[in-house]
Amino acid sequence: MVKRFIALALVLALGGLFSALLAGYSPDPELNQTARYYAERTAPDLGAANIVTAIIVTYRGLDTLGEVTVLFLAAAVVGLVLALGGQAEKSGAPRPPVGELLATGSRYLAPLILLLGVYVFVNGHLTPGGGFQGGAIIASGALLMLLADPFKTFSHRLIGAIEALSGTFYVLIGLLGLVLAGGFLDNRILPTGTLGALFSAGAIPLIYSLIGLKVGAELSSLLAGLAEEKSRAHDGEAP
Amino acid sequence: MDASMDILTTALAALLCLAMLGAALLAVARTPGKASDDDEAAEIRALPGAILAAGLVGLMASILYLILAAPDVAMTEAAIGSGLTTFLFFFVLARIRSRRERETEHG
Repeated sequence: MVKRFIALALVLALGGLFSALLAGYSPDPELNQTARYYAERTAPDLGAANIVTAIIVTYRGLDTLGEVTVLFLAAAVVGLVLALGGQAEKSGAPRPPVGELLATGSRYLAPLILLLGVYVFVNGHLTPGGGFQGGAIIASGALLMLLADPFKTFSHRLIGAIEALSGTFYVLIGLLGLVLAGGFLDNRILPTGTLGALFSAGAIPLIYSLIGLKVGAELSSLLAGLAEEKSRAHDGEAP
Repeated sequence: MDASMDILTTALAALLCLAMLGAALLAVARTPGKASDDDEAAEIRALPGAILAAGLVGLMASILYLILAAPDVAMTEAAIGSGLTTFLFFFVLARIRSRRERETEHG
């Protein structure tokens, strides 16, 4: 009871703090110096229509490489922990029943969701979203497939190959920027093209597609590993 | 026109914030207390509700991000915050459950 009260008081205090912040907020009349630089220089320098993407992939490219590494480490550690757990034998347990709606819906929806994920990261330099968002959408497509068929197993070798190759090429493109253009992860190793075209903004579409594949493979492997573990535990306890 | 749209957006955002607070409170309330209630089964039965409420918070946060003109963040929040995380919790919950059942079976 006391614990509940403390939690409630904490939530109310946090709410009061944030509402005080909100009350004292007034938007800046104009962009500050850094923001103005990005807003003005992105289109002529990098040829990317989406300023957010230009910042994530090029100006702050090293941070993005770090984020992808963190995600890779998380997925790897989850895989390691699951592999260290009990290794029950896989017996011929009956497949748990799946609703007709889910089974049929996933058959038609999963390809569309995967396609949407690819669309989001291929158009990352033109429209909102990009590698991380596209990768997460791809992983949610994999999740839908897993929900429709809990015993579905993805090819670990394929996922591993996609993950490793896209990571390697990401770093290689970054190094190419060091040699051919202004620095690590510079996108001007390819022509920047016309603003707003699909094949424009230099290497940004390439880099973001690689990030999308990498993130999608990592999140999917994480989900698949947990689901496999679940079905294995299920098999183990079945008589 | 512009002013009325502004008021409408602000009202919608305020409504979403309230709903988020409600869902967050629900998640906290459904999360079982510690040793005081010794009924472990009730504790486990309460958790899925808490997980769903937490996913609801993420979903409403993603709509809020969309209103605040951050579609990138909204996409990420909708896919990861309310989708993948919720199911990750459910996978882990199922794993803990089956392990606990096995432990009680084998003593």
